[in-house]
Amino acid sequence: MLGFVARRLLYLVPVLIAVSLLTFLIASLLPGDLAYVILGDQATPEKVEALRHDMGLDQPIWWRYVSWLGHVLEGDFGRSFRTGQTVWQAVAERLPVSFELMLLAQIAALAIGVPIAIACAVRSGSAFDRFMTGSAFGMLSVPTFLSAILLIYLFAVELRWLPATGYVPFEENPAGNLRFLVLPALTLALAEWPGIMRVLRSDMIATLQEDYITLAKAKGLKASRILFVHALKPSSLTLITITGINIGRLIGGAVIVETIFALPGIGRLLIGAIYTRDLIILQGVVLFVAGGFVLMNFIVDMLYAVLDPRIRHGHA
Amino acid sequence: MATLELSINEEVAVTPVRRAPRLGPLFWAAIAWTIFILAAAAFADLLPLPSPTDMDMLERRMPMSQLHWLGTDGLGRDEFARLIYGARISLTVGLCAPLIGITIGGALGMLAGYFRGRFESIVGGSMDVLLAFPPLILALAVIAYLGQSLINLTCIVGVLSTPAFMRVARAATLTLARREFVIAAQALGATHARILLRELLPNVFLPLLAFFLLGVAVTIVVEGALSFLGLGVPPPISSWGSMIGEGRESLEVAPRLAFIPAIAMFLTVLSFNLIGDTLRALTDPRQGAL
Amino acid sequence: MTVPPLLSIENVSVDLPTARGNLRAVDQVSLTIGAGRTLGIVGESGCGKTMLSRAILQLLPKKAKLSGRVLFDGQDLVGLKPERLRKLRGRSVAVVFQDPMTSLNPVLTIGTQLVETLQEHLELDGLAAKRRSVELLAAVGIPAPEQRLTQYAHQLSGGMRQRVAIAIALSCEPKLLIADEPTTALDVTIQAQILDLLAREQRRRHMAMIIITHDLGVVAGRTDEVAVMYAGRVVERAPTPMLFKKMHMPYTQALLAAIPRIDGAPHTPLPAISGRPPDPTRPVQGCSFSPRCRYAAGLCYGQKPVLTAAESGEHQFACFHPIQTAAVIV
Repeated sequence: MLGFVARRLLYLVPVLIAVSLLTFLIASLLPGDLAYVILGDQATPEKVEALRHDMGLDQPIWWRYVSWLGHVLEGDFGRSFRTGQTVWQAVAERLPVSFELMLLAQIAALAIGVPIAIACAVRSGSAFDRFMTGSAFGMLSVPTFLSAILLIYLFAVELRWLPATGYVPFEENPAGNLRFLVLPALTLALAEWPGIMRVLRSDMIATLQEDYITLAKAKGLKASRILFVHALKPSSLTLITITGINIGRLIGGAVIVETIFALPGIGRLLIGAIYTRDLIILQGVVLFVAGGFVLMNFIVDMLYAVLDPRIRHGHA
Repeated sequence: MATLELSINEEVAVTPVRRAPRLGPLFWAAIAWTIFILAAAAFADLLPLPSPTDMDMLERRMPMSQLHWLGTDGLGRDEFARLIYGARISLTVGLCAPLIGITIGGALGMLAGYFRGRFESIVGGSMDVLLAFPPLILALAVIAYLGQSLINLTCIVGVLSTPAFMRVARAATLTLARREFVIAAQALGATHARILLRELLPNVFLPLLAFFLLGVAVTIVVEGALSFLGLGVPPPISSWGSMIGEGRESLEVAPRLAFIPAIAMFLTVLSFNLIGDTLRALTDPRQGAL
Repeated sequence: MTVPPLLSIENVSVDLPTARGNLRAVDQVSLTIGAGRTLGIVGESGCGKTMLSRAILQLLPKKAKLSGRVLFDGQDLVGLKPERLRKLRGRSVAVVFQDPMTSLNPVLTIGTQLVETLQEHLELDGLAAKRRSVELLAAVGIPAPEQRLTQYAHQLSGGMRQRVAIAIALSCEPKLLIADEPTTALDVTIQAQILDLLAREQRRRHMAMIIITHDLGVVAGRTDEVAVMYAGRVVERAPTPMLFKKMHMPYTQALLAAIPRIDGAPHTPLPAISGRPPDPTRPVQGCSFSPRCRYAAGLCYGQKPVLTAAESGEHQFACFHPIQTAAVIV
């Protein structure tokens, strides 16, 4: 187990370095000089030159990367030249919103996907199973921004049950906070549950044919215990795998959903930085999100190992 | 009689139970829709359509009429014409980006699967780095720096799709490279290039094609998302994503402006998914994959 | 015998619909077993013996059709309400499957799998159930039983796993234990140990036991009665000593001849049974064994023989041309 963790940790280092390098290169090699962006098109060449010198832009690229990485490792991701806020502050302010959104979405997706998957696996081949499998396949073809608009139209415009946009922090008004998050989380969940359902269903169908399920029946256990303990526990590994695979999509979806529903999360920070060409914030957020994504995948891997006794005891 | 009985049994046992490929009416409906939308996009200029960009401030958000089949949008532009011309953008990006992915990813994957060794590690490692970014974030970042244009958009989405194609091609090549016909070709002294192009490529192509169609569906969604956020192709060119984005503003007065392109996009994505999934199941050697 | 048997299988047939047509896995089988007695069911793989054992517990695949009656303690298990059936399973009738690697849940501890059965049927609290689990593991010869409770199946050896499976089966003191090929997946050296353990526990707990096997040698000294199955039917049944003294059915003799003998000359080729079992989706018109039988003639190809009594009513066989000479004595 320890060796496994160590090996995975060691693998993280080159990936994180490559991620930082790629993030830096996107921002540095591509056309469009930061100094021009800051000073505007009307800037005189002298002024631009002075600013370039101040910012170290006239240094060789490898040197700029090393010094930038040095700052990053010290926790200094830079400071927005538009708002004066540091990347760190901006991210810390908005991270809880994105995190809450993704957590709620994941819970909702599991709450929809898991029961349907179990019901389908138990009656595989039935009319219910075929209908749900078909619906899940159809839902896979509905982009996040489409279901967002559909939900807004239904629940905010037509029924007027929920607000279309807006946000209050959880500390100020927990109920209001959740009210604002229902539609965004549901939107993300609608994109996530078909994947969960499809994989879990086929996994469960295979599990239900295992000898140990027959033995569990022969032991006279209740159907609920057989399904939720004997059959679902082996599949929990599959659930973690799908969750891991979906994190990237979830982050992408969160960007769109936060923009549509005007939630002050990381995604909206990123989009805002693109609209205002706030390149420092943009670079910092991209690095932060990519780094967080790598770490989250690492955690998923670890969870996987913890849950599967066969990996935990080195029998894999 | 006893021997006859046995021989019948033998024959029955040897004949594998073959599953007839199930191509239901849904599959053919998907094919039909795909052909229809491709043709409409390709021949948009030849169709008797009003201009998709001509604004008419007096005719804003007009309902459906003989003149404007699907009405007009918030700037008085013909919704139907914008829908057809929008299909052009969505499909151009949707087809070209995976084409980049299948070319680069397919080639790298085949080479990695055939030559193995250090080359495979390097390819796999660099793809891992690409996969370390949430795809939409990377696309947004690159677009932000490169600027919005059809070509930029296509290239980025194409590059983002290479890891997936690489994995499919590598996996297929790995299993094929151990098969008799490849070993036979090697024994006959065929060059690596000949084996890769003549023996392996035709066999790797089909699974790649199935994956390509699924890639088209994903790309249309990604392009839609970027355009929806206003970061896709620059206006006044319409794409389904930007039409939905504009329609969102008038959801309360004219919901159809958002929902008509939404339905078109859903049907197209669903069609590509259906065709791709069916092809994938047909080319999947595992039993019961359908 | 005035006491009704513990288990009485009456005219049980199992049909499985397959892509190639209906498959009759079990064909009109009738068997009985008294309380505390042991019955061996012997046959090649695919002869329907496992399907028969699943039919007793009503654990057949969803699509399978079962007809006939399975009387346990006087009540018919066929068509019994699921809830009452569930109360019976594990409590009064328990099973041990062939492969303990696949029949124990890989992600639940040994302890969980033992305790859940005890708590389900005996209404023990957690502590009592745990204490009893330890006793059970000790009883089936597992060293350091307390530590085993927190372990997983993959951490034990094959023999240990099967001992755990037996402990689970014994946990609620069932009246009937069905052991479906309990030693097939194990090393030869472990096989005898497991069989002896089963025999010892069977005597000690005075439970009835059905051992299902393809190996006549397994049932030889360990059962009161043997039923030989072929192509879904019982073709010969007799009290064990009687069967080994004199077998009437050519198939039984062929099965016996296929067992390697310790006193045989080295390098003697084993007489395999030529051909293979008939395709169960295409029933043979006559005796199912006729295509492979060296005694087959005339009637064998046209008509199915029925079970008839030999010298005594206890020994029955289904054959038109029974072997008359005394069989080899093991």
